Amino acid sequence: MQHTIILSLSLAAFWLANSGHNTALMLSLGAISITIVVYIAHRMDVVDHEAQPLHLTLKIPGYYAWLIKEIIVANLLVVKHIWLGNKSISPGFTTVTASQKTDIGKVIYANSITLTPGTVTVNLQGDQFMVHALLRESIKNLESGEMDRRVTQLEN
Amino acid sequence: MDTLIQVSSALFLLVGSFLCISGGVGILRFPDLFTRMHAVGVTETLATTMILIGLIIHNPDFMVDIKLIIILLMSFFISPTASHALASAAMRNDRLWESNEKPDSKQVKSSNP
Repeated sequence: MQHTIILSLSLAAFWLANSGHNTALMLSLGAISITIVVYIAHRMDVVDHEAQPLHLTLKIPGYYAWLIKEIIVANLLVVKHIWLGNKSISPGFTTVTASQKTDIGKVIYANSITLTPGTVTVNLQGDQFMVHALLRESIKNLESGEMDRRVTQLEN
Repeated sequence: MDTLIQVSSALFLLVGSFLCISGGVGILRFPDLFTRMHAVGVTETLATTMILIGLIIHNPDFMVDIKLIIILLMSFFISPTASHALASAAMRNDRLWESNEKPDSKQVKSSNP
């Protein structure tokens, strides 16, 4: 029930942000389409804690701030090595162990790895992530486990 | 005030364009698919963000700004998913660097001496 209400509210906000029309006809058409979408989402059985991770709401902004900082640092590093050329890179595969319990935590961790340039999650099996990295430095950075620890903190 | 807005927006757009060009150079320079994907990572994260921030500063219309922010958020959710799909497809087809080494152990392997 809680998830349904939040889904309707966020759909309404999204509709208002996109339309910009405030006539009665437009608003009622919007309300009808939101109702249909919520109904279809219920039929598809996707209205749950995975599609609407409400338990993350309070903790996620801090994590995003940290992630954006990491993304900027990683970007500058990759740009530096692009201009330095092929001799300066040391690509390779590595396997990292994820300590997250839930699927959503693992997805956040894998996506964060991919989102930081210089590291890409290639494969995911159980709690083993196969990661391709452009530089040895990024592998070391990943194996220090700070990102893993922060994502695990999100979960609890 | 108007000049300040124009200058700061131009600055963001300039940095974004430089990062886009860097990404392009990386695609041409790097030796194989995975390393090229890292170069694209620059274009799809920081370069996109910089260009969209420049456009948001440049545009005073609130409705347009909201749409630009939505584009930014969407690209942050979609691009890692697409990268992952591309990487695992490449993995299945064995598109590794010339030496074709398989990543099978836990050791960090490097194909560039």
